[in-house]
Amino acid sequence: MNSNSLSTFRILLSSSLLALILFSAACKSSELTTQTSQKVSEKLSKAELEALYWAKIDSSKMNFTEADVKFMTDMIGHHAQALIMADLAPKNGAGAQVRTLASRIINAQKDEIATMQNWLRERKQPVPEVQIDGLKLMIHGTGMDHSNHMKMAGMLSQNQLLELSEAKGKEFDRLFLKYMIQHHQGAVTMVQTLINTDGAVQDEQAFRLSTDINVDQITEIERMKLMLSQISQESE
Amino acid sequence: MKQILPISKNTWMGMMVATALVTFSCSSTEQMMDVEYTSPTVAPLTQVDSPSPDPRVGLGAGLFDAEEASWNLTLVSQTPPPKDFLGVTNSDLAFKGKYAIQGNYNGVLIWDISDPANPVLTKEYLCPASQSDVSVYGNLMFVSGEGFSGRIDCGTEGVQEAVSDVRLRGIRIFDITDIKDPKYISNVQTCRGSHTHSVLKDPNDDDNIYIYVSGSAPVRPEDELPGCSSASPDEDPNSALFRIEVIKVPLANPEMAAITSSPRIFENLEEPPTHGAAPADKAAIEEAKAHGAFIVEFGGQENVLPSRFVSQIFKTQMGIEGEPTAADSAALREKLPSIISNMFGGGGNDEGEDTRKGPTQCHDITLYPEIGLAGGACEGYGLLLDISDPVNPKRIDAVADSNFAYWHSATFSNDGKKVLFTDEWGGGGQPKCRATDPMEWGANAIFTIENGKMNFKEYYKLPAPQTTEENCVAHNGSLIPVPGREIMVQSWYQGGISIFDWTDPSNPVEIAFHDRGPVSPDQMQMGGSWSVYWYNGAIVSSEIARGLDIFKLEANPYITQNEIDAANSIKLDYLNAQGQPKFVWPKTFALSKAYVDQLERNKELDNSAIVMARQSLANAEKASPKMRKKILTKLANQVDGLVAASGNSDKVKMLAESVRGLASNS
Repeated sequence: MNSNSLSTFRILLSSSLLALILFSAACKSSELTTQTSQKVSEKLSKAELEALYWAKIDSSKMNFTEADVKFMTDMIGHHAQALIMADLAPKNGAGAQVRTLASRIINAQKDEIATMQNWLRERKQPVPEVQIDGLKLMIHGTGMDHSNHMKMAGMLSQNQLLELSEAKGKEFDRLFLKYMIQHHQGAVTMVQTLINTDGAVQDEQAFRLSTDINVDQITEIERMKLMLSQISQESE
Repeated sequence: MKQILPISKNTWMGMMVATALVTFSCSSTEQMMDVEYTSPTVAPLTQVDSPSPDPRVGLGAGLFDAEEASWNLTLVSQTPPPKDFLGVTNSDLAFKGKYAIQGNYNGVLIWDISDPANPVLTKEYLCPASQSDVSVYGNLMFVSGEGFSGRIDCGTEGVQEAVSDVRLRGIRIFDITDIKDPKYISNVQTCRGSHTHSVLKDPNDDDNIYIYVSGSAPVRPEDELPGCSSASPDEDPNSALFRIEVIKVPLANPEMAAITSSPRIFENLEEPPTHGAAPADKAAIEEAKAHGAFIVEFGGQENVLPSRFVSQIFKTQMGIEGEPTAADSAALREKLPSIISNMFGGGGNDEGEDTRKGPTQCHDITLYPEIGLAGGACEGYGLLLDISDPVNPKRIDAVADSNFAYWHSATFSNDGKKVLFTDEWGGGGQPKCRATDPMEWGANAIFTIENGKMNFKEYYKLPAPQTTEENCVAHNGSLIPVPGREIMVQSWYQGGISIFDWTDPSNPVEIAFHDRGPVSPDQMQMGGSWSVYWYNGAIVSSEIARGLDIFKLEANPYITQNEIDAANSIKLDYLNAQGQPKFVWPKTFALSKAYVDQLERNKELDNSAIVMARQSLANAEKASPKMRKKILTKLANQVDGLVAASGNSDKVKMLAESVRGLASNS
């Protein structure tokens, strides 16, 4: 489905749903000062409110574009590679700080993968399933070929992954931080690309998720840069 | 099915209802008979008898009919949002007079909460933008807009174009002189939009107020808002990164509000994100040591050497194959540091990386103008800011913590000697309170402030594990103004509400809670308490999915009715989420009694002194004004004499001062 037909579908579906549930969001005038005559809603029963709540949640899931879908699909593969990297930390003798960081990355990115899969599933889009076998990443369920997700911003090449998997102790810490900074910067770039796309991130969940990924990873990049400079100071 | 679980234990319930009817004989010079009084049951916080098993575990799901559990906290009312706002996220709260103003991603809801059992919707104002965090000052209301679908005309249709002149990302300003009919008077657009904001009233400037804007979303294109740049400040001195925005609002002409400065409060931040090992890590290392494991030091922290490394090192470094002897092990222990240093020495730094350090923005800045300080929660840092010059806040200290993912907000103790930061790990949309999530992650961190330096003391995290269907992490809250203690009420999203004491910064203790089951039984559906604040005796919570909740704190051995009454003697004209008022307690009987309760609870005065103080206060309360003054003056003098003997002379002095204040009011 191209983005035009998707938007048309979206508008049709949401308008019919909204009509069904008596949603009264008429077009607003563009004056700043005409927003004064809204009246307090009439009382609805709890059962009516609950039905209305779920209908509105369902209709809010139709407010997305192809760019949002691509972002979610790509980011699942992107996050999955971070899991491969972080899984190496305890095996390769990482220091306490890197191990803490790695286990938090695993926890956070696994949860975000689940959130993104759920986002796609609820919107009836193909859901990428992640399969990790050592250093090998396989994404099923989207019909996308492997080389596609390897081209995403910040992704490590298979050689870089191999290099990381062979590093031990402090050398692992150094390389892990270097590569994870690269990897995170790629995610930040992906968010930037998303928000620069017309029609994207109007969906509340997509906005929340993409901006959360943005700030979390920017914060972690900064943290990792400091850890990296600390390691190099220690070894001077 | 709605079910309030019986959670109180018989043990202390029995004690609660038992009243001590003490008759104490005053000295014979008094002309008045002793009156009877009731002595509250108190118990020390070291022996908190919290319900077990925790009734918050396993609550059934539902939107308006989820199972609930509460302890020392009563839900007085639960009011769903009106239909245009239902199914859309409820966000933060502000308070003005008898009104609670609730942000919602679709606009603003204004509730009359004069009867907490029956909040009345005074105004629903449809004007979409996330997060719609709200603040008030005088007759002005400020609303944050950050999402990409907010429009300057308040339209609900969103903004499809990536660059658009109708998009609103920044601060909306309303005149609420008639709160039933807010007038949208202006907006100030900012490069990153406004995720949250803080309103600063400078004690030395009555003509203007200042708004610190925190924006966490990406910088908007220059085509949309001229001057916005996301380049590194080294390349572009006007970069919107690594700074906050300060908006000046002239109170006489609020429509003239504009950005007045963009302080770069993060310059040269290099605090490394380290933190001592968590208690669980330390315990694991101690146990491993006890079992003869080899311990190595990396980055200043002890680590257990994995067993496969041990055999490898025996083999490659010491030429020992098979089972090593005790002597081999002893030799290895001695040589281990140098072996590790040789093996894992690590390389130098890399090619010219971007050297700029520090956060690009803050999430929240809590302003406490009476003490001239602000707490900035800024990406990987907690900052202490001097705000005596509101336009030019200056950083005076910064902390980082390897257990903290994303510094979210700050709350000071009333005396400004402690500060509590929250970590919104996962951004609030993730289930970070599962039994498998570490208690140091997504938690609060408590610091003391000594000579402008913050010192870490302890973490506090919601103690009840939640399900994967419940988004949960540390979020917004406020102090409950109990004199002489730090008590905070805090939102944990679908983890519910937790009230805890952090008077001892090293031993935070939960004393009350409320929780519901998940919104949905089989999927993560955003919900739970976004924020909760004490406001003039009511505990008001903005529930993301369910609407407005109002609670009442119930007296219990860990917080007495006297302490609650003293808290409720504080009357605020308004309250903003990121503005902290300084509490000054009026001299009431409740205040003096609250101090007596605390001295008894902590065993900081002997029993005869406690009985004497209670009896005198009871007699004074019943006495004529003239006699009251006499009794109280005498009591104040007697309390003065107890200072030296007490384990908490400061508290005894506070009691003496409060009694003396009561005497002079009589």
